[in-house]
Amino acid sequence: MQADRLSGGGLVDRSAPLPFSFDGEVYEGFEGDTLASALLANGVRLMGRSFKYHRPRGPLSAGPEEPNALVTVGGGAKADPNVRATVQELYAGLSAASQNRVGSLRFDLMAVNDLLHRFLGAGFYYKTFMWPAAFWEKLYEPLIRRAAGLGALSGQPDPDEYEVAHAHCDLLVIGSGPAGLMAALTAGRAGKRVILAEEDFVLGGRLNAESFEVGGKPAALWAAEAAAELAALPNVRLMRRTAVFGVYDGAVYGALERNADHLGAPPPGLPRMTMWKVHAPRAILASGAIERPIAFGNNDRPGIMLAGAVRSYVNRYAVLPGRRAVVFTACDDGWRTARDLRAAGAEVTVVDARPGAGRDEGFRTIRGGAVVDTAGRLRVSHVTLRHPGGTEDSASADLVAVSGGWSPALHLTCHLGGKPVWREDIAAFVPGATLPPGMHVAGAARGDYTTLACLRGGAAEAASALGVSPAEAPEAEDGAAGVSPFWRVKGAKRAFLDQQNDVTVKDVELAHREGFRAAEHMKRYTTLGMATDQGKTANIPALGIMAELTGRTIPETGTTTFRPPWTPVPIAAFAGRHKGKHFHATRLTPSHDWAKENGADFVETGLWLRAQWFRRGAEKGWRDSVDREVVETRGGAGFCDVTTLGKIDVKGRDSGAFLDRLYRNTFSTLPVGRCRYGLMLREDGIVFDDGTAARLGEHHFLVTTTTAKAVQVFRHMEFARACLWPEMEVSLVSVTEQWAQYSLAGPKAREVLARIVEPGFDLSNEVFPYMACGAATLRGGVPARLFRLSFSGELAYEIAVPARYGHGLAEALAAAGAVPYGVEALGVMRVEKGHPAGNELDGRTTAADLGLAALGAKKSTGFIGREMERREGLQAADRPALVGLRPVDPSAKLLAGAHLLEPGAAPKTETSLGWVSSVAFSPSLGSSIGLAFLKGGMARTGERLRMWDGLRGADVAVEVVSPVFIDPEGAQLRG
Amino acid sequence: MAYSFLSILREGLTGNRGWKPVWREPEPKPHYDVVIVGGGGHGLATAWYLARNHGITNVAVVEKGYLGSGNIGRNTTIIRSNYLLPGNEPFYEQSLKLWEGLEQDINYNAMVSQRGVLNLCHSDAQRDAYARRGNAILMAGADAELLDREGVRTLCPFLNFDDERFPITGGLLQRRGGTVRHDAVAWGYARAADGRGVDLIQNCEVTGFRIENGRVKGVETTRGFIGAGKVGMAAAGRAGQVAAMAGLRLPIESHVLQAFVSEGLKPVIPGVITFGAGHFYVSQSDKGGLVFGGDIDMYNSYAQRGNLPVVQDVCEGAMAILPMLGRAKLLRSWGGIMDMSMDGSPIIDRTPVDGLFINCGWCYGGFKATPASGWCFAHLIATGEPHPNAAEMRLDRFDRGYAIDERGAGPQPNLH
Amino acid sequence: MRIPCPFCGPRMLEEFVYLGDAALMRRPAEGATCDYVFLRDNPAGRHRELWRHEGGCGAWLVVERDVTTHEIFGAALAEARDAG
Repeated sequence: MQADRLSGGGLVDRSAPLPFSFDGEVYEGFEGDTLASALLANGVRLMGRSFKYHRPRGPLSAGPEEPNALVTVGGGAKADPNVRATVQELYAGLSAASQNRVGSLRFDLMAVNDLLHRFLGAGFYYKTFMWPAAFWEKLYEPLIRRAAGLGALSGQPDPDEYEVAHAHCDLLVIGSGPAGLMAALTAGRAGKRVILAEEDFVLGGRLNAESFEVGGKPAALWAAEAAAELAALPNVRLMRRTAVFGVYDGAVYGALERNADHLGAPPPGLPRMTMWKVHAPRAILASGAIERPIAFGNNDRPGIMLAGAVRSYVNRYAVLPGRRAVVFTACDDGWRTARDLRAAGAEVTVVDARPGAGRDEGFRTIRGGAVVDTAGRLRVSHVTLRHPGGTEDSASADLVAVSGGWSPALHLTCHLGGKPVWREDIAAFVPGATLPPGMHVAGAARGDYTTLACLRGGAAEAASALGVSPAEAPEAEDGAAGVSPFWRVKGAKRAFLDQQNDVTVKDVELAHREGFRAAEHMKRYTTLGMATDQGKTANIPALGIMAELTGRTIPETGTTTFRPPWTPVPIAAFAGRHKGKHFHATRLTPSHDWAKENGADFVETGLWLRAQWFRRGAEKGWRDSVDREVVETRGGAGFCDVTTLGKIDVKGRDSGAFLDRLYRNTFSTLPVGRCRYGLMLREDGIVFDDGTAARLGEHHFLVTTTTAKAVQVFRHMEFARACLWPEMEVSLVSVTEQWAQYSLAGPKAREVLARIVEPGFDLSNEVFPYMACGAATLRGGVPARLFRLSFSGELAYEIAVPARYGHGLAEALAAAGAVPYGVEALGVMRVEKGHPAGNELDGRTTAADLGLAALGAKKSTGFIGREMERREGLQAADRPALVGLRPVDPSAKLLAGAHLLEPGAAPKTETSLGWVSSVAFSPSLGSSIGLAFLKGGMARTGERLRMWDGLRGADVAVEVVSPVFIDPEGAQLRG
Repeated sequence: MAYSFLSILREGLTGNRGWKPVWREPEPKPHYDVVIVGGGGHGLATAWYLARNHGITNVAVVEKGYLGSGNIGRNTTIIRSNYLLPGNEPFYEQSLKLWEGLEQDINYNAMVSQRGVLNLCHSDAQRDAYARRGNAILMAGADAELLDREGVRTLCPFLNFDDERFPITGGLLQRRGGTVRHDAVAWGYARAADGRGVDLIQNCEVTGFRIENGRVKGVETTRGFIGAGKVGMAAAGRAGQVAAMAGLRLPIESHVLQAFVSEGLKPVIPGVITFGAGHFYVSQSDKGGLVFGGDIDMYNSYAQRGNLPVVQDVCEGAMAILPMLGRAKLLRSWGGIMDMSMDGSPIIDRTPVDGLFINCGWCYGGFKATPASGWCFAHLIATGEPHPNAAEMRLDRFDRGYAIDERGAGPQPNLH
Repeated sequence: MRIPCPFCGPRMLEEFVYLGDAALMRRPAEGATCDYVFLRDNPAGRHRELWRHEGGCGAWLVVERDVTTHEIFGAALAEARDAG
């Protein structure tokens, strides 16, 4: 029973009834309703509770500025908290629930706070809850947190899909009221690519909420016809339900399109929302204005609304929000509401704060009067009116429509640092001279309040932005809208400014009394403007009151900064498809599938997935697999996918000299057909990365990097080439993904390799010795590069083939008798050989720290890092340097991240001698081994120390040993 | 007037008319013993500790905007002392201890809330690095716990353990870490310093230094010359401009760091959580807003705003580990100007100009440092000698090769 | 921000990687390296700086930009000698 629905008019479709529920109660509304308008039509005024005092609240507005009517829509994982009922479109089956209450919405137990309000004023919590100190976390804060927030998240992953998309246009029009429509018509008719973004689900803005005519026809009809014309233009894109929420550098506008929130059963594949990045060199901001309330006693009861919102409900939604209405206004606009309410059948009293304002139109009229107080528990029932002489009387009223004038919705003009300026004649901030590049402002958003001025302004701004002729504006009302600044009724009781956060005039007075007088201080101290509506209706009145209190003007008092987003945007909408497994791209090597089929478990290594180990039938834990892989490799032959190492092709006459400047050691002297280990420093002398370089030709090197630093090293080398030494003849290409590469290691590596290279390729130590490299052809005619490099300390080769042969090469290596091993076994073998890796190259270590001081020590030419490496702190004798560690008790376990102490020393910052960087269980030695950085380094070989790990409760006696645990002479790898 | 439950009761019953201004609005005097440039958290804390610890009260704090208008008012409110390096950890632990007694010390409830800081790790190497750090924290007398995956799950069962791109392998937890109501820190220090006679001078921009014979004599300001025996600079993101007036070039770049707050929601996040495989960290305020952030915008900037790619990056991080936050709505974003140093660590030191001291280079981590920064800077200004906990935070450490590089990122500020 | 890449035309911020002050191109002789590595002018105004079009052509660019407004005045190829 839609008791408060008007029988005719409005933009609702009475032939399309929509059932919905609120707090379990079932109602019916119409297509074209918002949740708020449908509830109002059903006689429901109470829709929520305020944040602090839990006061009963109904809608204040009919749009996105709503502070009060916040509900949770839907249930389960899709429960959507803090939805503004004034924006939520109605659909069949919509289920909404009220929020922030203990008990029912009508009887909220937390409303006890309201009784204590005199003790809970602005900032009260800064002054108490301090004793005893320990009680804050234990008692006070839990109580405060229990009362925190409005709606609740479901606690479950958001199941919906979101999209991020780009759009491009010549002109973005933001808002589709009279100014926006005329701007779009001007640009559209001129053939420009136009995007018209409208937050609402119907185009037309205020034209849909007013009873006057435009172009000789009802305003809403004119708007619909204009929208139809635009829709027919192929160069115009109409985006309804799309809120432009932010302006960013480079003429990028963030816009949120709600694709599915108005659908009870969205079609599969439709995202819930799309976050658009609109690239628009020109934009027209036609976002209109926001009406301001007036602060008077108990001005927050359900049934007290903004006057313009009342017109929206009457004219657009055909809802009569009250039958005995009081219009309380400080501007001419309020009189429109009085007229429209009377036309809809209400009995209307007009209270105009301005003495002598308005004509006699047959209303009961109090000029120079005020509403000072209201009564009514869950809905306003009475008002106390003050007459010009100061006498007061009470009147019955079920609706109070309030207008303190309008404030341009200029938020987007501030996003790139623009500062609004105050216009005394309309008592409002308007956009300042500095606008985001390419932005023009039209209509009420710049303070043009008459309909004709909006229509003309929209056309003119679009014309000037694009250099085209303006569309001709239709006839429309052009009455000057008189307004005088009127922020509050003096002497009133509790008068609310920020209705959601329950900030009252008294709170602003308290802030003033305590010295929080700067606009930002007032805001932060009282929390005014910090609720979900960001003070869209509250900021300006509060500023006005602070100005009164300080005796300053409003511009002297300041304005708070508007920052994105204009309207709240779900976190998921910014993330789009980047969630779950798709958070970041996944890079797979060419033989990934082969590894998977052969029992590999994978580990994330940067963006790559690498085989960690290969499980064999009976192996119970990962250690079984890793130990076996090490033993089988060291006892026979194993192979490991090392495709993920960065590979950089370096070509040109100056390649050798170029590499000499980039690496600590020298490459220009490297013979063709040979490889060399290389250490790259940062400019500050710290080790950046290591790898190898192979000289494939006189002017051709192939450089490898670690997996982790591949991108950074290439970037750094390109920087050196392009920015430091552009005169050098050298070019760089990253070929990481072009080559699949495998390390083949073990005493039988040569035998295995011989089975896969074309017969006749001489692998003998004489022809292809340690550190040799060259081209080869594998059986089947596959082109390959061979490098005799060893990370494991075994006789080893690296074999590179074009990526498309990677899978086949893995198969061939396995068939030839090598066992696959993963990065874990690779790590064990490198620790056994004392090779530094990521844990050692942590961005703080020098070549000397790593025991690599000899590399390039005699070099005569300069290189990056050389000079800074010589700084005193990097040469200090007490720097921790790389050593090996073994537990004194072979069964004891070493832990990476543990610190080293003198035996008997207490664990303190000053007593730490260093730390364990990498550990492994060495199946070859049958014990835990480790690499560590130790003050004094290798000079302490043989000493016994204490490995202390307070985090994990370990305290192990260790012996300092050489970091090369296996084959220290290197006989195996040269064999 | 002293704040207490009783004062609230008394005032509440008498119409709240007796509350006094928290600070005076004095005209600048011609000369002070010490002038602090910058009325943010560090400047105000310095003034308080000059008065409290050293009895120096003839002090002015000059601020070009309103008190607390810099990074103390635009940060993500986190406190912690979970640093690796000996040059940092004792300092931050001192800071955490000062936070723990701050409210009683300054009679202002800044809501120091030790609900824990959990850094997630996602690889063995990261876990090893956390272990090294956690042990270093313990050795400095602070608290740390190393959790495995199940330990993290027990503490935060709502994290993504199901379809993670980078599985959580564990975490480093500091239970004494947490959050503080940031604005209240500025107000509390301001009120306390004002109570000892410190002049807090707002809307007073420093336009130059008066330096004679290598010694600072005072500051030129938009409100006239103010003489000073000593001057301390605590201008954070504007450190470079202020120092340039004294002829100094700094190892600093200014970058913008965005931060975000959601609508108020019923509490779902207990403490602070940081993602280890992306740029995202989050806590939830006592009002219910999720306070979150990520990486800096990467380019030099003095504009207090950022751009969409970083907003997306942060929200992608949020969805990666906390997919339940999908429907939480981002309400407000802001940008703070970070004085990013060349090693990611701060500078508290003398300058080549006698009597002129500098406090800068806080990167994105200055908030948690506020009490110790004030304490150590006051110590340096009062005694002329560095406080032991800040002894490594020297300006010449770069020349000498003693960088305090927590991240190991090297001399590129936007990587710290 | 939108950077006008000499090769690719105006492209969005997302495609670029930032390094820092273009003074980094002028690597000094030994003796002045410390200031080169560690000190910055860090001006609040026009700034010549190095960006790499990593998500595009890969070129290192010298971009002139106002760091207070983020306005971009132009971009030149770093390896063109007159850019340095």
